[in-house]
Amino acid sequence: MSDRIAQKPDSVERALRRSQPSDDSAHAARRLQRRIAAEGLADVSYARLDSPFGPLLLAATRRGLVKLAFPEEDVDQVFARLALRVSPRIVAADGQLDPIRRELDEYFAGARRKFELTLDWTLVPPFGRRVLRAASAIPYGGVLSYTEVAAEAGSPRGSRAAGNALGANPIPIVVPCHRVLRIGGALGGYAGGLERKRFLLELEGTL
Amino acid sequence: MSTTATPPFQAFLDAERDVVWRYLASMLGAIDAEDCFQETFIAALRAYPRLTPGSDRRAWVLTIAHRKALDAHRARARRAQPVADVAALEPCGAATAGAHAPALAHDEELWRAVGALPARQRSAVVLRYVADLPHREIASAIGCSEDAARRSLHEGLTKLRKVVEV
Repeated sequence: MSDRIAQKPDSVERALRRSQPSDDSAHAARRLQRRIAAEGLADVSYARLDSPFGPLLLAATRRGLVKLAFPEEDVDQVFARLALRVSPRIVAADGQLDPIRRELDEYFAGARRKFELTLDWTLVPPFGRRVLRAASAIPYGGVLSYTEVAAEAGSPRGSRAAGNALGANPIPIVVPCHRVLRIGGALGGYAGGLERKRFLLELEGTL
Repeated sequence: MSTTATPPFQAFLDAERDVVWRYLASMLGAIDAEDCFQETFIAALRAYPRLTPGSDRRAWVLTIAHRKALDAHRARARRAQPVADVAALEPCGAATAGAHAPALAHDEELWRAVGALPARQRSAVVLRYVADLPHREIASAIGCSEDAARRSLHEGLTKLRKVVEV
């Protein structure tokens, strides 16, 4: 929007623009983020984790881990979905997620066979929850078929639907949808790519 | 997903923190700006989910910052400190050293004069020249009509010219 009377800026205006306080709000913003974490004001906290698959994005609510995103997932879309389904009060908070990061580090190092962290199923519809809970019950080193998982979830003929629910798993690795294979042992599918599924099954000594 | 959806608070903070910081530092000096910055964004975080998607988030957060700055000014007045204390701006102003050294005395005088302006004129001047807001957004940040914002800005600049351009 232009001024009603276009004027050449005079020396006062030039001086006002020239001699401004610095842009260094980074320090204040870091202090703010620490306070938000300390007072638990964020509805979703997120952090990155270096992994054999590259940097993973972890997002947690007060209830627990709500999303684990692989490096190639569109972060804007992940956040948009969280903003819509959970809350837009989404704040970066490395410290908040340290216990979760530690468990994942230990898992990738082969030093952890079971996750203790709590989960938040908000992003998963009811049928998907039953399927993913059934997958969660598969122990480290074990596998089930899509048909078996569907049966566990209460729909014995729904192996295709179960496959879709597993493919939409918002918390892969921790909810071990990689432990579900085709009857006969073929890998089937994996939203994060079959190479990762193979990597995880090899890590667990299944393959 | 619609592009007007409310972005995550972190993205909003990253996008607006500089302009809020510059505004508060210009209004209060770096020391009080620090606390006001925290208060502004904590208040913004609390209200954030109720913000209408697609609304002007910069004008919105500057409105909050403006209110916090007024509160801080009142608190400071109660502590009976001289208003010219806004010269505490000096450490965070570009009037620090080096390239700007020749203009230092002049700039300090200018910002002291900005600090001595009545609150609305000061806000209008700072929002225009520090936050770089158009008149419409200045008006919405300080809660007045666009004409009133224009007038406050004009009156503020006129006073500054009298003080500085001798």
